Amino acid sequence: MPIEFEIPESVKNQSNLTEMVAEQVIRKVSRYFDEHEHERPWEYINFIWPFIQQMEAANLKRSLEVKKNGHGKASGNGQKKQSTFQVRMIHMIENLSWGDAGIYLCTPSSALAGAAIQAVGTPDQKERFLDRFTHGKPKWGAMAMTEPQAGSDTSNIQTTARLDPETNEWVLNGEKIFVTNGSLASRESEGILVIWATLDRSLGRAGMRPFVVEAGTPGMTVTKLEEKLGIRASDTAAIVFQDCRIPYDNILGSPELKKPGARTEKGFKGAMKTFDSSRPWVAASAMGIARAAFEFTRDTLAAQGITIPVDAAYHELSAIQRDLLDMETQLKAGWLLTVRSAALMDAGQPNSLEASMAKVKSGQVVTRITQKCVELLGPLGYSRELLVEKWMRDAKINDIYEGTGQINTLIVARRILGYTRKELK
Amino acid sequence: MYSFDLSEEQRLLVETVHRYATRSLRQAARQAEESSQAPADVLQSAWALGLLPATLPEEYGGFGEHSLLNGALYVEELAYGDAGLTLEILAPNLVAIPLLLAGSEAQKQHYLPLFAGEEMPKMAAAMLEPVILFDHRKLHTTARRQGDHYVLNGSKAMVIHAADAEWFLVYAHDEEAGSTQAFLVPADSAGLQVGDRNLWMGFNALQNHTLHLHDVQVGVAQRLGGEAGMDVTNVLNSSRIAVAAMGVGIARAAYEYARDYAKERVAFGEPIASRQSIAFMLAEMAIEIDATRLMVWEAAWKLDQGRDATHEAYLVARYAADMALKVADGAVQVLGGHGYIREHPVELWLRNARGLFTLVGAVMV
Repeated sequence: MPIEFEIPESVKNQSNLTEMVAEQVIRKVSRYFDEHEHERPWEYINFIWPFIQQMEAANLKRSLEVKKNGHGKASGNGQKKQSTFQVRMIHMIENLSWGDAGIYLCTPSSALAGAAIQAVGTPDQKERFLDRFTHGKPKWGAMAMTEPQAGSDTSNIQTTARLDPETNEWVLNGEKIFVTNGSLASRESEGILVIWATLDRSLGRAGMRPFVVEAGTPGMTVTKLEEKLGIRASDTAAIVFQDCRIPYDNILGSPELKKPGARTEKGFKGAMKTFDSSRPWVAASAMGIARAAFEFTRDTLAAQGITIPVDAAYHELSAIQRDLLDMETQLKAGWLLTVRSAALMDAGQPNSLEASMAKVKSGQVVTRITQKCVELLGPLGYSRELLVEKWMRDAKINDIYEGTGQINTLIVARRILGYTRKELK
Repeated sequence: MYSFDLSEEQRLLVETVHRYATRSLRQAARQAEESSQAPADVLQSAWALGLLPATLPEEYGGFGEHSLLNGALYVEELAYGDAGLTLEILAPNLVAIPLLLAGSEAQKQHYLPLFAGEEMPKMAAAMLEPVILFDHRKLHTTARRQGDHYVLNGSKAMVIHAADAEWFLVYAHDEEAGSTQAFLVPADSAGLQVGDRNLWMGFNALQNHTLHLHDVQVGVAQRLGGEAGMDVTNVLNSSRIAVAAMGVGIARAAYEYARDYAKERVAFGEPIASRQSIAFMLAEMAIEIDATRLMVWEAAWKLDQGRDATHEAYLVARYAADMALKVADGAVQVLGGHGYIREHPVELWLRNARGLFTLVGAVMV
């Protein structure tokens, strides 16, 4: 396909819907859930769930078909069936986060667990773990990677998975922290968690594998709900695994181990593939918050007579007008990088570099824009009467989770230089 | 649908121009700069690529259609080779594109075929003026209507190819219409005088002069716009896209040079690229270049679709200006002392990045 910037028609329709939801369902309770940290936005959850089920069903059906027919091959009518899943996701997430990023994170869906299973799971595993998101009550999927001693340094994961040959079960032991939707997925719904654990710590990354744990599995306990700077509506849990037993078939990817540094570190590569879809999501969420702050500030200033002049000579602009133009351009830059990273994935092309680029840029953009908006609005910006100060707090997480800005910059740097992890530390 | 793939035709265009830019422009750039002279054979071979005729419709002697997106693609490649020579090569576009977008049918029929010949036509555009705080909406050069002709007065700066031009496209403030108007003025008009050659921090090979107009008479038929003035929007958008694409091209050249240098230059026993302080600079450059290119493409694509993207074009021209300067500066920094030496091209690219937006970018934003 040649260069094109047209939003697909189907995505446009869905986008109109999520815009409406953000405005009429989410925004009005934004402040309430910021100040009632561990309450759940049920009105939103119940409202969005039917739409999520449809998306999950379509995505599951498609991925099972692709597996059968081979990726990207012509389907029955000779037409290449191009996925729009990622593009849909980023438009949806951008809109919902415009409403409230914390509440968006409470969206019942397979989320990161789904992305991991889609990336490395077998067709059977996809059926077994993802079908639940297409019917019944709202459910959540969660991913547990970070531990108290290891965040960005994923090779230092210490949660262990041991095979019990007698029962043919995996036995998990360890502690996971900062699990988004950890409580919702593990004990408040019939959800699933993808847990990263090591089969052999001496192998570093090569020994790591993702495992699926279903809600309510004995030995899995939520020990803490975090209290945060922003996205307070979002559930962030610490979870302890104590002799937590799961079926043998719950391992994602091959249980066979390779030596460290071997060409295929399949376990770790699985995690990286998850990031290929999750980083554009985070970037999209960041852009939603940034747009919310920008639009509000622009409109508030316009009401005071400070507008963005169209096509004016640069030297005739005031400092505030220049700030507004700069923010508008930054929004565009972050969003287009995000769109590209998602569209490449839909087209079945590699997007790791582009996903990290989008993540870096949008993390910077949302931080800069929201801080600038608080500044421009003076005491109003700082006041909890408005949402601007909250957007500035919500913004910051986007430069941290799914790989900090620094980690993603490092990834971009390694890719453009053709360097390994050893060559560029 | 979103898509970022080049069509087969575009790929061929980019490859052809890229090859030309790296083999001819890049090679000729340093000597052209030092001798303040663009080599005629290089310019002639650029003209032979047929880039401008490819954007003109058949009925006017061309063999294609005006596409800002295609323009952005090849301009980035040219500027990747050398931005100074690119301005030389694109100089005829500054007359042809306004003619195409704002000229009358008779003007197009008469003048556009001149841009499809084997030789680069001797035509020069005169927009910029020797003032600070330049604004194309408020030109100091005036056009006063007197019956069936206008009288032009004022001075123009940075008129590329002025010395041997046979025609000038002069922008002036139409006092009657109260807006900007453009006129095709023969070089031998009484009262028209080519002034001194301008010398700058960069772009030294660029043949450009001041132009003085003293009671120059030009017929109404030579006016591009109608009674109400000329709609410059499309012309400016076209230039904005081109200048932004040039910014991307300069930045990409500087970034790639710095990247390759950093991988070879060893300090403290390792290539400097294996240090985060250098590697992160390079990563930021790569991200900014991609972001800017996407903005250029989006604005160009929208305009090609006949949609309004004036604001987008305006924003990206500004953004590309900052980005190109920052990236070129970063490239000099990565090379350290060597970046400051004229043996390497990065110092030239830093000067060019600044100049592009002072001299050309100022016209649009």
